[in-house]
Amino acid sequence: MSDPTKPRTDTGPPGLATARQAVANPLGRLIEGGHVGLLVAIALLVVVGLVTRPDAFGTTSNLISILSLAATIGVITVGATFVIIGGGIDLSVGAVMALSSVWATTVATQEFGPVVMAICAILVGTGTGLVNGILIAYGRLVPFIATLAMLVAARGLAQRMSDRKTQLIQPENSAIVELSTTRVLGVPLLVYVFALVVALGWILLNRTTFGRRTYAVGGNPEAARLAGIDVRRHTMLLYALSGLCCGIAAILIMARTTTGSSTHGDLYELDAIAAVIIGGTLLTGGRGTIIGSILGLLIFTLITNLFILNGLNTSDQLIAKGLIIVVAVLLQRRSLKERAP
Amino acid sequence: MLVMRGIVKQFPGVRALDGVDLDVRAGEVHCLLGQNGAGKSTLIKVLAGVHQPDEGTVEFNGKRIRPSGPNDAIRLGFATIYQELDLVDGLSVTDNIYLGHEHAKLGFVNRAAGNRAARQVLERLGHPEIRPTTEVGRLSPAAKQVVSMARALSHDARLIIMDEPSAALAHDEVANLFRIIREVTAQGVAVVYISHRLEEIREIGDRVTVLKDGRTVAVGLPAGDTPTSQIVSLMTGRDVEYVFPPRPTEPPGEEVLRVEGLTSPGAFRDVSFSVRAGEILGLAGLVGSGRSEILEAVYGARPSTGKVVLSGKPVRKSVVGNVRRGMGLAPEERKAQALLLDQSVTANISLGSLPAFARLGWLDRTRERAEAERLVKALDIRPPDPERAVKTLSGGNQQKAVLARWLLGSRKLLLLDEPTRGVDVGARAELYAVIRELADSGIGVLLVSSEVPEVLGLADRVLVVREGSVIHEGDARELDEHLVLDMIMNGRAA
Repeated sequence: MSDPTKPRTDTGPPGLATARQAVANPLGRLIEGGHVGLLVAIALLVVVGLVTRPDAFGTTSNLISILSLAATIGVITVGATFVIIGGGIDLSVGAVMALSSVWATTVATQEFGPVVMAICAILVGTGTGLVNGILIAYGRLVPFIATLAMLVAARGLAQRMSDRKTQLIQPENSAIVELSTTRVLGVPLLVYVFALVVALGWILLNRTTFGRRTYAVGGNPEAARLAGIDVRRHTMLLYALSGLCCGIAAILIMARTTTGSSTHGDLYELDAIAAVIIGGTLLTGGRGTIIGSILGLLIFTLITNLFILNGLNTSDQLIAKGLIIVVAVLLQRRSLKERAP
Repeated sequence: MLVMRGIVKQFPGVRALDGVDLDVRAGEVHCLLGQNGAGKSTLIKVLAGVHQPDEGTVEFNGKRIRPSGPNDAIRLGFATIYQELDLVDGLSVTDNIYLGHEHAKLGFVNRAAGNRAARQVLERLGHPEIRPTTEVGRLSPAAKQVVSMARALSHDARLIIMDEPSAALAHDEVANLFRIIREVTAQGVAVVYISHRLEEIREIGDRVTVLKDGRTVAVGLPAGDTPTSQIVSLMTGRDVEYVFPPRPTEPPGEEVLRVEGLTSPGAFRDVSFSVRAGEILGLAGLVGSGRSEILEAVYGARPSTGKVVLSGKPVRKSVVGNVRRGMGLAPEERKAQALLLDQSVTANISLGSLPAFARLGWLDRTRERAEAERLVKALDIRPPDPERAVKTLSGGNQQKAVLARWLLGSRKLLLLDEPTRGVDVGARAELYAVIRELADSGIGVLLVSSEVPEVLGLADRVLVVREGSVIHEGDARELDEHLVLDMIMNGRAA
């Protein structure tokens, strides 16, 4: 055996590396990542849509409205995926988004124009997330409790700031609204924002040390600590990241509704968490993917869309979503067992 | 009363029990002795119904039995008190004693009846001062021991198995434990008592059975007057001879680590030593002697007072900083404390030096994989696929992956806690060679092991730790297993 501490030029048999690159194409990776079930589910829902409403479902305008609908929660889901892979949970996302939207649309903020409004939303979101993170990482609060407290408090603060009134975006700040009205290649800008956040999130999770640490901190915090990772600082950053995503989501919902309101994003936390879980991320942390979360969210959005198009009861829609969560988790547990040695 | 013959228990890669005989009489305290890995814990688990033996017979009061689970064993009248007490801290004393067989009708617990019964059992044990309604979490370790004992008696146990019951107790609490043991044995209950402390065995035990490498080497020795030397030689002198790499001929280099007056309350006190570059310093001692805690304190993972100096510079006690300055730890519990089991070998190897593979946070995955492949080859990790999930590897190969983590970057000091635990004999020799090579490349190594031959064969110098203090320091070549075991168990400094 040669000296293991000295670097060497040869890097082992090339056969292994090439064999792995064979599955590096996007479709291969989706299948390899265990997303087959999600893709099948989406395909099924699309078929159901095409059969039940052949006139309306397949139209461009309907597909765009599905994507626009998914965009706001989608951005939040990206942040939630990080937090959950990192072994935590963030219940405050909907309320933080509402608070960001209210803060960005107050009379005082609106005076400074759309750019400052956007920055304001992002700063409020990130700041609130940072508070969550500090409470959890350094104050050693259980994430569930810390973010539950933030959910209640942020919503209350949003009500106080807005006096429970819906704050309209002034005409001179309509640049924000244009995110939803301006279309490039027929698709509204906010869908591009969503796609950009997903892409950046994927890169952050899969190509950076931050992502690697997220898996480590969620998968085995003690091992991460003993390997010299600053687990507390990383935990704090994860919640700040979730807050940042809420701030971005706030801009999107302001664009879509032309308002800032303390009622925005009610129960978004449940949809976001459900999407992450359906996407195959372990609630106990350490395992999960961004792609899975987004596919999970698309399933949810498709169901909503199908129910609306077919004029069905929203209560039944909720029942269907509940069933899907249970079925998805049961299926995943089975596939996990099959993969175990 | 209990007769076990030719018990064999096989685990993947290890024959934990390889023909054990045990013979326990009613009303006696039967002591089980053996080094770590001799098979004591596995034997207890067979009795407790946790493991089913692959071969051999168990007879209880003349009837052949085969406990198929913990409940079965309890029904037969076997009660086990484990080293880590298995009590529920949030429940009351009564609830703990009767956990699983409450005084209840149709699911409604009859508190009064439960408390009354608990009080009777506690009185019988001579501890009327423990109130049945107290939350167990508020009790002292000694009182918890009494509650565990009460639970065993509440099952009408006829055989109580105690795994190192004195490990968590202070001296006067041990005396009380012995009094309780005498009381229950006077009532015809048999006790199987496991301890590393010979003086305790002399005091409380009636007969001794010695295990070595999964086999019984002596049955029914009188506990009181068998000479210590005879017991120790039964425990040592193993059939399996380990192969250790040769020690370097040149003297070690500069001092890498100096520890002065390191103290962690409740674990160890006033520990001082130094490690030189290229040197392996071994810490020998029992579980709970403070040896692993010393490693943790040096690494910054445990609060302590005193001085730790790395390469001439005093270090602050934080893991993050110490890793950056060149320390690495391979902790005792490989799976719980070191590995990301679901992740690839590559991800596990690079975990300790991620910044070295990144520019502005961006991971250079090509270089990461190349380095991992180099180490997988250099350490001969099998199968040689760095993308494989670590959990699919054998124990020895998992340990190599942990070591590989600290071969990246410029390490000055490696702390190894039980590096060969759960590793089969063949893989051990390889690990020894790797550890020696590491030292030869100029790293200082601090090695903790429960296995005395390992410390003596691998280390250059040895510290013997007993009950939180260093009682001996010396050249490994001048010590033998006998002498060190005697120091560890009896506290006699050479």
